[in-house]
Amino acid sequence: MVTTRERRRVRVTRLFGYAALIAFTLVQLAPAALMLLNSLKSDLDVLSNPIGLPAEWLFSNYAEIWQRANFGRYLLNSVVVTGSSVIVLILIASMMAFYLARFDFVWNRALLLVFLLGLMVPLRLAVIPIFSLMRDLHLLDSLAGLVLIQVAERLAFAVFVLYGFALSVPREIEEAALVDGAGWRNVFLQMFLPLMRPALGTVAIVTAVSIWNEFFFPLVLIRSEEMRTLPLGLATVMAEFRTEWSLLFAGLTIAVLPVIVLFVAMARQFIDGMTEGTR
Amino acid sequence: MSRSLRAARGGAARITPLVHLFALPALVVYGVFVLYPIATTLLNSFFEFRGMHRGAWIGLANFETLFTKPPLNGRVLNAVSHNLIMFAASMLTLVLAFVIAALLHQLTVGREFFKAAFFLPRLLSLIVVGFLWQLILSPQSGALNALLDAVGLSALSHAWLATPASALGSVIAVGAWHSIGFAILVFLASMQAIPSTIYEAARLDGASATRILVSITLPLTRSAWMILTVLGFIGAFETFDLVYAMQGAAGPPYYGTDTLGLLFYRLAFGGEGGTAAVGLGSALALSMLVVMAAVSLLTLRLFRPGRS
Repeated sequence: MVTTRERRRVRVTRLFGYAALIAFTLVQLAPAALMLLNSLKSDLDVLSNPIGLPAEWLFSNYAEIWQRANFGRYLLNSVVVTGSSVIVLILIASMMAFYLARFDFVWNRALLLVFLLGLMVPLRLAVIPIFSLMRDLHLLDSLAGLVLIQVAERLAFAVFVLYGFALSVPREIEEAALVDGAGWRNVFLQMFLPLMRPALGTVAIVTAVSIWNEFFFPLVLIRSEEMRTLPLGLATVMAEFRTEWSLLFAGLTIAVLPVIVLFVAMARQFIDGMTEGTR
Repeated sequence: MSRSLRAARGGAARITPLVHLFALPALVVYGVFVLYPIATTLLNSFFEFRGMHRGAWIGLANFETLFTKPPLNGRVLNAVSHNLIMFAASMLTLVLAFVIAALLHQLTVGREFFKAAFFLPRLLSLIVVGFLWQLILSPQSGALNALLDAVGLSALSHAWLATPASALGSVIAVGAWHSIGFAILVFLASMQAIPSTIYEAARLDGASATRILVSITLPLTRSAWMILTVLGFIGAFETFDLVYAMQGAAGPPYYGTDTLGLLFYRLAFGGEGGTAAVGLGSALALSMLVVMAAVSLLTLRLFRPGRS
């Protein structure tokens, strides 16, 4: 039996609990809100009043930073690099996972171990040979080089997630198709890939976010202004517009907006995808 | 080969040499851009370098220079100590994340909103996060100092990132702000996997909320603790982007926020270590690889790979 007193105690605890959660929400969201508000102020307003609402809402800051910095180009590069990396990665990793999960060659275990190595070591520590390699392949300062290295960096992760999922998908349907005379290519494209859709979605979301945010390899491999992706371009902008704070805030907002919009639209997929590997 | 597949072999879909084409693209990319560079890094660490030119085999001399000869040994030690402090701080962050996750587990109303709000910073590029907080923590008219002034704590306001006493702590706090949402969600998922009957039984036995948290939730979320500890370790050892954005490649003030990742970057591309830098950088990379691989292997003993 629950007494009234106990019920009241529960209610008070619950109230404190919500108060704590809301306070923490403010801590987590305030910097982003600050960024947004300050991006709409004048420089003077930012400096004299960094935490309040804008005295005057200056949406023109966005137009100005967009024109004065090369944001259109950075954004385009980021979209191209992220898009092509994810497509290439998904394609070659799912082919590899298909090979590992559906055939039983004696060397498959060894291959798994080799991919395991890539899960354990951060590729950026091998950046010196990568730099020389890219130079020799004439891929320095190119988006193609960036795509290749970012695919390689996440290949082991993608193969493992897809391989794990493939093991849990029964082979029987595919085998029936094989008996009916379908080729391996058709089995892969028309049966395996559709069955793998949930895992493909997870890999696509996780790797897209991390490639979009990648800074180290662009920093090392990209030289020219017109090849910069958003994070790298942002570093230029931060140095160049050092004193024009409202423009800096506007630039930062532009850089995060695509990710935030996507996140708001599909928060559940993002959260499930990005915490998946840990369960 | 599975039994049923073997049966299917009589049909049209024999295993022809062509099936190896499924593995080919991934193996080529992985071989050329992962295995080859890593192997070369291992090798380079035992050679003498003049700029990018590889000279003679010098055994462990690069490691000796790196770990025993000033000024580099001091730099390494200084950087490692910061990486370790970052790891320790990430453990404290885990405790906070655990408590918040437990709260979230109890309170069901609005849970999805809280989850999304806590997770949001994790999606932002560390570069953006670093630049944003650099502005917030700025001594003149940064938002934090303004906030402190507004609530009458002006005495606390100072140049957060330029003062040796607070620079490292500030960077660590920003890192925690960025990553805590992820830890909360992992803990929460782990808590939701605990059968509710266990909680009901404990409550019927009159256990207090704290007692339940310590005696039931804590031990039953052990796997979440382990995976987050390892990720925290790797994250702390890899730290680069955030410090680079907030402080620059040299980890100022006076190397007060330097990390192994920054030191490695300076050896590889930033002119530190002189002409022998490539060999020294490789030696540092190899040492870091060994430590991280060892820690990861340790986890792999605890978790089977490849499940999703």
